[in-house]
Amino acid sequence: MPQVSLTVNGKQHSVEVEGRTLLVELLREKLRLTGTHVGCDTSQCGACVVHINGESVKSCTTLAAMCDGAEVTTIEGLAAADGTLHPMQEAFREYHALQCGFCTPGMVMSAVDLVAKNPQGLSEPEIREGLEGNLCRCTGYHNIVKAIAAAQEVMHGRRASVAAAAE
Amino acid sequence: MNVVTPFEGIGASVRRKEDLRFLSGRGQYTDDINRPGQAHAFILRSPHAHARLRAVDTAAAAAMPGVVAIYTSADLTAIGGIPCGWQIHNKDGTPMAEPKHPVLAEGKVRHVGDPVAVVVAETRDQARDAAEAIAVDYEVLPVAASLAAAQAPGAPAVHDDLPSNLCYDWEIGDAAAVDAAFARAAHRVVFETTNNRLVPNAMEPRAALGDYDTTSGEHTLYTTSQNPHVIRLLMGAFVLNIPESKLRVVAPDVGGGFGSKIYHYAEEAIVTWAAAKLGRPVKWTADRAESFMSDAHGRDHVSRAELALDAEGKFLALRVQTQANMGAYLSTFAPCVPTYLYATLLAGVYGTPAIHAEVKAVFTNTVPVDAYRGAGRPEATFLLERLVDVAARQTGFDKLELRRRNFIPTDAFPYQTPVALQYDSGDYFSTLEQALETSGWNSFEERRAEAMARGRLRGIGISTYLEACGIAPSAVVGSLGARAGLYEVGTIRVHPTGSVTVLTGAHSHGQGHETTFAQLVADKLGVPIAQVDIVHGDTNKVPFGMGTYGSRSLAVGGSAMDKAMDKIIAKGRRIAAHLMEASVEDVEFERGTFRVAGTDKSKSLTEISLAAYVPHNYPIDEIEPGLEETAFYDPKNFTYPGGCHIAEVEIEPETGVVSLVNFTAVDDVGRVINPMIVEGQVQGGVAQGVGQALLEACVYGEDGQLLSGSMMDYTMPRADDLAPVSVATHATLCTHNPLGVKGCGEVGAIGSPPAVINAVVDALRDFGVNHVEMPATPQKIWSIIHGKS
Repeated sequence: MPQVSLTVNGKQHSVEVEGRTLLVELLREKLRLTGTHVGCDTSQCGACVVHINGESVKSCTTLAAMCDGAEVTTIEGLAAADGTLHPMQEAFREYHALQCGFCTPGMVMSAVDLVAKNPQGLSEPEIREGLEGNLCRCTGYHNIVKAIAAAQEVMHGRRASVAAAAE
Repeated sequence: MNVVTPFEGIGASVRRKEDLRFLSGRGQYTDDINRPGQAHAFILRSPHAHARLRAVDTAAAAAMPGVVAIYTSADLTAIGGIPCGWQIHNKDGTPMAEPKHPVLAEGKVRHVGDPVAVVVAETRDQARDAAEAIAVDYEVLPVAASLAAAQAPGAPAVHDDLPSNLCYDWEIGDAAAVDAAFARAAHRVVFETTNNRLVPNAMEPRAALGDYDTTSGEHTLYTTSQNPHVIRLLMGAFVLNIPESKLRVVAPDVGGGFGSKIYHYAEEAIVTWAAAKLGRPVKWTADRAESFMSDAHGRDHVSRAELALDAEGKFLALRVQTQANMGAYLSTFAPCVPTYLYATLLAGVYGTPAIHAEVKAVFTNTVPVDAYRGAGRPEATFLLERLVDVAARQTGFDKLELRRRNFIPTDAFPYQTPVALQYDSGDYFSTLEQALETSGWNSFEERRAEAMARGRLRGIGISTYLEACGIAPSAVVGSLGARAGLYEVGTIRVHPTGSVTVLTGAHSHGQGHETTFAQLVADKLGVPIAQVDIVHGDTNKVPFGMGTYGSRSLAVGGSAMDKAMDKIIAKGRRIAAHLMEASVEDVEFERGTFRVAGTDKSKSLTEISLAAYVPHNYPIDEIEPGLEETAFYDPKNFTYPGGCHIAEVEIEPETGVVSLVNFTAVDDVGRVINPMIVEGQVQGGVAQGVGQALLEACVYGEDGQLLSGSMMDYTMPRADDLAPVSVATHATLCTHNPLGVKGCGEVGAIGSPPAVINAVVDALRDFGVNHVEMPATPQKIWSIIHGKS
């Protein structure tokens, strides 16, 4: 079986996988990082989104064997080492952008990458379009859009906190 | 002393206590749980909608790597079928047909996805690989995939001993009074519609993990359930014959339910049974394709409604005939959805004096259909609110005026409808006026003209609706066919130093109970919410419970907590009276402090709880130590949220695409505990309602194949399919529960679909269209605009 060496949330791992093992299976089953979820089997829902080398990727459609040498960040690795939440996490809490929490890890990881790639700032329709790859069944998205709009202000240094961005 | 800031009590938009774990990836959903030595189950499902099982050959599969065991129905002869929780009676008084629902198919498969065999293996992949090696000899049979096909002459019988496919033929109301009213009516309006079948699609697929302790004989089931005690009762008593004392059911974090996780499913029994048989834990997790073909679906009604009006536009009578698809087997709640959750709602917000409804429930070769967010009430509301718009158009009355003329007057409560329910409170005029104002109804024609200038067809639609939730008074539902009580249970445990643990039989799968319930405690007992812990979802921790569905958590579960807190206060007053050497009658309690009336003597709840657990100076002969109380609360009536939803849509004529551009919801959900959470619930409900109106349809081919069997084929609403929703509340208080609350979980999905379709029909007013069936897809709209329908 292929051996994969990768860094997940700053920690080195070397894991034996089958050729067909998906990255999400490696994360959930081998590394017990169960924050990354599987909500579908057709790459539609985005509950499984993680960052590979800083890019958001659906880990249900990525073979683990492709991730040799990669740096992977999951929802468990997003907050600072001291537990301080990432502005996106903070904004989701502030704006009630989650209900059951199942889509949330993928939604947050997608949103972080979406905002990071658009330093000029995103309008509300652009945020909605940017969430095309993520499904949420609980919230109706409205509060997710508001949270991302607030978080981008903090991530790009235009505001000090997500609460301030709400003003 | 515990002093709570006013911002944590009733009415405060407290940020949710549960969010930190969900945002950090530390939620614990069923599939996140792993037990030592765990094996994995894969379920082989029928690819045919209807077939006789000639033979199931598992020999080759059993020899595959990693296979632990393979089971078919032949191995399950000692266990029962999956029970149904409601029994409806036919018009002639005989009980409904209730064919056996086996855990694994016996002799026949009756829908695509019907479970045929279970493979248990060391890994999930090995179980799946082995399942592919099982040879099933199917004799494919003719299929009844729709209501029409199942009722056609000579239709295939889904159950061999029920050639009619008729589950029940039921009625409610006074047919003679309706006939008489129609005979003298000035106007008669007919409306026919199909309420589209939906797939709930909670984002977390169902999962179940069975565990068994060979030394104690205790079974544990971890499952994606909205009501673990109900699963324990149904599975323990009816399927596996395990006493409650030996069966623990845990529903940990659950990723959405919307009704689909109420029911007892075969997989729960399979993993529980197999874990004991094998002496090792067995886990099953659905992939999304399995969810589509095994989770209970929703809606799927075909209805005809006739409304009689007098010359002034007053509704005289309503006559309804509905056919409801039950699917291949009866799911837990299924028979009550098109009857007591549907036909009893046909009065809506109107004072229609005579109503008669007939409902035929029919078996088909499709997945079982059961309650999905709203359950019966969206079907009733859609029928009624479209009918009123059709009536306005046909008779020439203004659609708002017609509604106002027929609203139940605000001073007429309690109001007895002709279809069993008695509404306790409501103010439909105020929610209407507030919604008209917020939506800018009166300036709409300007927006229509502006859209026209851009080449877009703009329409506005309204729905004034009501629903019944907070289910339910046990004696009432018992008389209607429920086989269980529908009270709720709450325990308030005040610890020695004054923090509180609440045990509740309600279950949170997105509703934010850990926050809202803590606010109830903060408000009444004055304990900061940081010191209030809510425990739910574990039959070994919580005494009993009926779970969360029908917008009942707060109205029923919250009321149980309130009642238990009353008991805490009553006991606390006796302890306080002793400590302060006063008579009990003189001790008052408010938000954490016991006071002797008219003096400056007081004791905090913490001082009382400490005395209760360290009873050195304590009336030990009169009062037991400890400060913990349990209450069962059985509601006196349903609750009746209602309100007004207004939708605005724009249609692009070239493509037929309908865009939601504005949505206003003004809902009366009774007293609001956490406005932020209520708004979130309404937003989410409206999204599902808009999904039903514009996007979602569960489609079966005539051969019973599920054509919309994945998220690539079934259109889930995405962020750019929806517009910002303006949410407001206007409360009249529920008169019969101590909190005055009505429930907010389902209003969004109930009120919104007819508002959207009324807007679509309004946008198409120049095209001679009387109705557009849901979902209003681009193809349908384009065909109307381009005369191709």
